[in-house]
This record gives sequence, C-alpha cells and structure tokens, in this order.
Amino acid sequence: MIATISIFAGFALILIGLYGALTNRNMLRMIVAFTVANTGVNLVLVAVGHMFGRTAPILDSAVPVAEAASKIIDPVPQALVLTAIVIGLGVTALMLAYVYRLHQNNHSLDISKCTELKW
Amino acid sequence: MIKRFTVLLLLVGLATIFFSLALGYVPDESLNQTARYYAENTVSDTGATNIVTAIIVTYRGLDTLGEVTVLFLTAAIVGLVLTRGAEEGKGKPMLPSGELLSTGSGLLVPLILLLGVYVFVNGHLTPGGGFQGGAILASGIMLILLTDPMRHFSHRLIGLIESVSGLVFITVGILGIVLGAGFLDNSLLPKGTLGELFSAGTIPLVYSLIGLKVGAEFSSMLLSLSETEGS
Repeated sequence: MIATISIFAGFALILIGLYGALTNRNMLRMIVAFTVANTGVNLVLVAVGHMFGRTAPILDSAVPVAEAASKIIDPVPQALVLTAIVIGLGVTALMLAYVYRLHQNNHSLDISKCTELKW
Repeated sequence: MIKRFTVLLLLVGLATIFFSLALGYVPDESLNQTARYYAENTVSDTGATNIVTAIIVTYRGLDTLGEVTVLFLTAAIVGLVLTRGAEEGKGKPMLPSGELLSTGSGLLVPLILLLGVYVFVNGHLTPGGGFQGGAILASGIMLILLTDPMRHFSHRLIGLIESVSGLVFITVGILGIVLGAGFLDNSLLPKGTLGELFSAGTIPLVYSLIGLKVGAEFSSMLLSLSETEGS
C-alpha cells in the first residue's frame, strides 16, 4: 500500500517538475522544477524496492544473518538512489553556476533572452 | 499558446504511460536473485552489516569511484565557471550576523563536524556512510559561511584533503588487485568481529576516505558559490 502511494506520488512529482521546467521562463524556477522531478524519480525507485512487512537492509540482532533474505527489502534500489541523489546534487550545482554566469552576462534570468544559439 | 498546448499534450502522454506503469505494478513477494545473493552473502564476503554500504563500497566499488570522479568534475567546473572574473573585496561591507547565529554556529559547528565523522566512520554498521557524512561535514562549513560570508577558507587545504583521500582510495583499490582478488577487494584487512567498528576489511577505511573527499568537494562548491557574493 505504502509502496503504491509512493509510486503515484513520485510519478506526480515527475510530472509537476517537467511541467514547471517546460513552462517557466525564469531559469531559477526551472532549476527548482528539475530538482522536484529528480526527487520524484528517486521516490519511485525507492518505492519499487519496498516490500510490505520487511525492514531496512541492515543486519543486527533483529535481523540475524540466517534469516536476512526473508526479512530485508531490496538493497539494490537504495544503493542506486544514493548514487542518483549525489549526481543530482552535482547537476543542480552546475546549473546554478551556469545560471549565475548567464545572469552576469545578460542581466536577466529569462531563458528567452538567451538567443546566441537560436537559428 | 501552441507551445503550452504541446507541453500539455506531452505531459498527458507521459501521465498515461506513468499511470499504466503504476497500475500494473505488483510488489515482489520475495527478493530477486541479485538481492538474495547480497542478503545471504554480504556477511561472509565482506563482514559489513549494512548491505547498502557493502554494495556501494565493495560489490560496485568501481561505480562509486566513477561517482566520486563526477563530483570532483562538478566541483572543478563550478570553481572554474564562478571564480573566472570574480573580483574579491568588491561590494559593500555586510552587516554583522546576529548574536544568535554567531553564538549558535560556534556551539554547533564542532558538533556537526563530529556527527559527520561519526556517520562516515560507522558507515558499515549503521545507516549512513561516506556520502551522507560528507554532506553533513559540508553543512557545518555552510553554517560557518552563513555566519561570516567573507570568511576566507584555504582552497589549498581543501584541495589537499580532497586529492590525498582520492589518491589513497585508488591506492587501496589497486592494492586489492595486487594482493587480493581484484580492484577494491576488501580482504586486505582482517574482517574482524561482525558489528564492531574495526571490522569489514577495508570498507570503513574506504568509506571514510570517500566521506572526506565528498565533504571537501561539497565545501569547495559552497565556497565557490559564496565567493561570488559581493562581486
């Protein structure tokens, strides 16, 4: 149940983020929209690895080694999402840096003012 | 108008795909083959109790090296893009930060740094690890920068921490080829008792190095962003 809710919420976040990125003219707002979509993707990935009634993939006294396979959720999506979060941060930092430079050159955050590559 | 219509059309199409995907999703009843292997063999292979850490540092260690490289590239490019042409010392002097912020940061920053180190040193036992710990370290630096935006940090020191930890990380990986079974093989150090701090072979060492590297990279990004202030 919780996995289904998370998957729907994640897909909704992706759509909201894409809508924001495609319709906003302000580049800072586009960056925020991209991070929203990014969060949605991560949410869907984690939710796919979730299994009802199981616990986190960390072994301790509650999850002995012998019973691990029947008690933990899938660890692979979690490792993937850890990677995705870090790369997402890098992408966001790059976008912010480029937008800063563009603002210095164009004195505007409007993406329709960036016409150097337009034909 | 046409543009907005196209956007809506695209989103409706995507929404249909997503909706049918989500409706057709049936949660697994048991672990798939890969996950089952990790669940059953992580302890005997690596000695770590946190399976996610074992996957990231040992099973997919090469991917993690690539990931850290991407972060390094990002930090380098952010530094390059932002510092080019930025003149220091320009702009009006800032108001001093409030009493609450400066006292609070003096109290909190050592604790935050300690928590960051704790999180990445215990990455093989508890939730957390190098990336999370590194982000916590960088948040301490961010608090310092919020208190005093004009404070000067040594880029040379941060670069030194970053490159030394990256170099030792790769050296440990190559030693794994020479002495162990392959790149980043963690049998170089004894596996120790399950659940203790000094266990799981090279995982705590490698994850601490990753933590230092990630913390240094995030801090250098924050510094580059903060040094553009006032120019």
